[in-house]
Amino acid sequence: MVGGAKTDGTMTIKHQILERIRRAVPDYSSMRESQYEAITRNYRQSGDLDESGRIELFTDRLRDYGAKVYRCAPWELRSVIGEILSERRKRGLVIARDLPEDWLPEGFEFVRDKGLTYGEIDASEGVLTGCALAIAMTGTIVLYHSGGEGRRALTLIPDYHLCVVYTSQIVETVPEGIRALAPYSVAPLTTISGPSATADIEMTRIQGVHGPRTLDIILVKA
Amino acid sequence: MLISLFITCYNDTLFPETGKAVVAVLERLGHTVEFRQAQTCCGQMHYNTGYQAEAAALMRHFLDVFRDAEIICSPSSSCVAMIRDQYPRIAAHSGDPDLQRAIEDLIPRVYEFSELLVDKLGVTELGAFFPHSVTYHPACHGLRALQLGDKPIRLLREVEGLELIELPEATECCGFGGTFSIKNPDVSAGMLTEKIRCVLESRAEVCTANDNSCLMHIGGGLSRQRAGVRCLHLAEILASTEAEKLA
Amino acid sequence: MSVRVGEAAGAPKFPKAAKELIKNAQLRRNVRHATDVIRNKRARVVAEMPDWEELRESARQIKAHTLRHLDFYLQEFEQACVRAGGQVHWAKDADQANEIIVGLLHAHEAREVIKVKTMTSDEIGLNAALELAGITPHETDLADLIIQLGEDKPSHIVVPALHRNKSEIRQIFRKKMNLPDLGDRPEDLTNAARQYLREKFLRVKAAITGANFAIAETGSVCVVESEGNGRMCISLPDVLIALVGIEKIIPRFQDLEVFLQLLPRSATGERMNPYNSIWTGIAEGDGPREFHVVLLDNGRTNVLADPESRETLACIRCGACLNVCPVYRQTGGHAYGSVYAGPIGAILTPQLQSMRHSQSLPYASSLCGACYEVCPVKINIPEILLHLRGKVVERGDAPILERLEMKAAAFALSDEGHLELAQKAGRIGQIPFQRDGVIRSLPGILSGWSAVRDLKPIPAQSFREWWAARKQTER
Repeated sequence: MVGGAKTDGTMTIKHQILERIRRAVPDYSSMRESQYEAITRNYRQSGDLDESGRIELFTDRLRDYGAKVYRCAPWELRSVIGEILSERRKRGLVIARDLPEDWLPEGFEFVRDKGLTYGEIDASEGVLTGCALAIAMTGTIVLYHSGGEGRRALTLIPDYHLCVVYTSQIVETVPEGIRALAPYSVAPLTTISGPSATADIEMTRIQGVHGPRTLDIILVKA
Repeated sequence: MLISLFITCYNDTLFPETGKAVVAVLERLGHTVEFRQAQTCCGQMHYNTGYQAEAAALMRHFLDVFRDAEIICSPSSSCVAMIRDQYPRIAAHSGDPDLQRAIEDLIPRVYEFSELLVDKLGVTELGAFFPHSVTYHPACHGLRALQLGDKPIRLLREVEGLELIELPEATECCGFGGTFSIKNPDVSAGMLTEKIRCVLESRAEVCTANDNSCLMHIGGGLSRQRAGVRCLHLAEILASTEAEKLA
Repeated sequence: MSVRVGEAAGAPKFPKAAKELIKNAQLRRNVRHATDVIRNKRARVVAEMPDWEELRESARQIKAHTLRHLDFYLQEFEQACVRAGGQVHWAKDADQANEIIVGLLHAHEAREVIKVKTMTSDEIGLNAALELAGITPHETDLADLIIQLGEDKPSHIVVPALHRNKSEIRQIFRKKMNLPDLGDRPEDLTNAARQYLREKFLRVKAAITGANFAIAETGSVCVVESEGNGRMCISLPDVLIALVGIEKIIPRFQDLEVFLQLLPRSATGERMNPYNSIWTGIAEGDGPREFHVVLLDNGRTNVLADPESRETLACIRCGACLNVCPVYRQTGGHAYGSVYAGPIGAILTPQLQSMRHSQSLPYASSLCGACYEVCPVKINIPEILLHLRGKVVERGDAPILERLEMKAAAFALSDEGHLELAQKAGRIGQIPFQRDGVIRSLPGILSGWSAVRDLKPIPAQSFREWWAARKQTER
């Protein structure tokens, strides 16, 4: 529904507001696009680190947040997932409908989300996903809630999140990350930089309010 | 050089010693100081309280007095900030292109005292002698509007016998703010208490600044509390020599 | 348009409110501690950034550009959002926004709604309007929950409950959550909140959120948060309503690269806050089935109309200015009588209301300039404060005694003759107030000065008199 349902006299509210805006800024001009392009952007738009530098920086930031970081080669992924789940004493996880089958180790129960209720997700022991990309400088993982990550509720309700990041997915700076997301800009996007936190009680930072309180990352070097 | 002194209305009335000190220092350096009697006020108090028309009149008077002065020097960073930052705005509002040009022409010739010494005259060593412990409070206008940086500190470091002690939380505003101290007396007093706490923490005998407005406020509080700490304008410390010691 | 900014129109003047609040030792200690912590964290993470000033400048330009073309970008946003399955409503003021939101919730027979932190909703008095309409709002941001359950008001943009200590919070939770054995460590309190809210997140069908950014190019909305309650509210319920001030628009998705670097470092002193959510309209099989955006004016077009202070609308609500403001650090937020406190509150609150109310706020500043130094979008708050003081005087709203005194002072300063007369008069007039070479007490409005400060008497000889005498002796 476009245009605002309410009318107020002869003009819709929308048009009243737009009219007030136009009257407020009489220097309105049609040079908008070129003016936008002319905005100076002298901030860093790309990084200087090579891949191993990015990996090191990313790992550093994650550890700062208290996330555990594991590393493996692609062929080891499945068994590493198994080891982590054993270590964490988990019998199984929920996963997105289209998470690759060859990630899944034997001996654990993986429930694909084909319409789980919130209650069922809440009862699970955690979730396993991939990601869209990662940003080293800020220790950020970005999910675009595609086949390998599932809908937003899937990575939000469980208390444990195990996330697979390929080292080739790691960029150094925020601008590189945002630009790489451009094709997915209208997908639901979630950026995760450490577990949730609050400092609202006497400025003591407490981790894990809502959302998964434990975050494990597997860095897969291709 | 011929240096025209803009004493400022409140220094003229309440802190003539500061003006005398500026004259002493500049003459010691071999320059000639002139004082144009017609000068009054930069208009800051009015402008900061919202009385822009009155401030504009005072600006025009300032311009009349100093229009042809080569170098204008003032021992008040807030007044210099008023001239440098606000005069162009006031002139722009007037819609008078001649006025705007005249102000544009005037401003580069106006210096705060420590700016004049360090930037224009290129000196920091002034033959000063002041054997006391001193802590320096950077007035907000000097710090942020004029970006004086460490000029006052460099001048103080060259004073013989002077022990310079860093002021804790130095960049916090003292709470004077002109008419702010009158319109918001309680908050101003609260801010003053914080500043005094820091001055006392430094254990310095003397608190100095390049603005007597701050010092009037800080000194007034120190005096009320019988704290035994003096406030002195930077110029007066720089004017103090072995021969003519400041007590 | 009848603008409302919370209860600012009826709030006591700043000096009066401040006078009472600075007596509160706990408040002052908490405010000091909280602002110290955040400003130190901010300073550390900003110092890491070699391109911080460049980011600030780009942000300033992006916002200035957007405000110049706001009508275009708002329409672009609407079209893109609708294309993606969202619905866009326009509200000229608080009452209209409340009406729209209540209407939407009634249409879904919602008796409860979960809310993500949004100061805009406090601005329009949304919770009161909801309750009047038989709908219970549940605040889900921990601080807002503390405020709501404690029947209190927020005192800071980013940490609204900073005036509360943990024993008070424990009392509030014990009573309102019915947890008589609740511990008092911050972990206990946070856990209690987690349990209390989790039940609501999984059950309540309607949610209200604000927006940190609304992207014109894609029609997307971005919510920046730390706790995860935002993610809960925007992705679990069936119906989602976003209340968005028209100034929240940024032109393109790529512009997030600037703001998502400036905001977390400025607001909480982190390189990146834990969670950002960006979504566009409806996503099939993921999240709400209905998404509404309510675009709000409520006086923003008033602010837009003044080219000298229009940049006030660039504010991204980081709170950095509050954390460095020496005045705010004395009083906390309640003294400002507005949901928007501190330096930004001092300029935004009166302007939204066309300067009719909150006129004491532009004077609640010593003009030290610390706010301008830290503002990530470079709003020149000190200049705008001066500009607004000029407006107060221009409207004829300055106190009459002050106007007379200013006129008298202007006269005294108009030329040297008048000045010299005034100096002489002052020297005589001060005699009754002098004791042992010091003035300890002054009359009238100056009594505020002499209450805590001594004044050195006006010296017997002014500088100009000394100079004239010197010239005489030289001859």
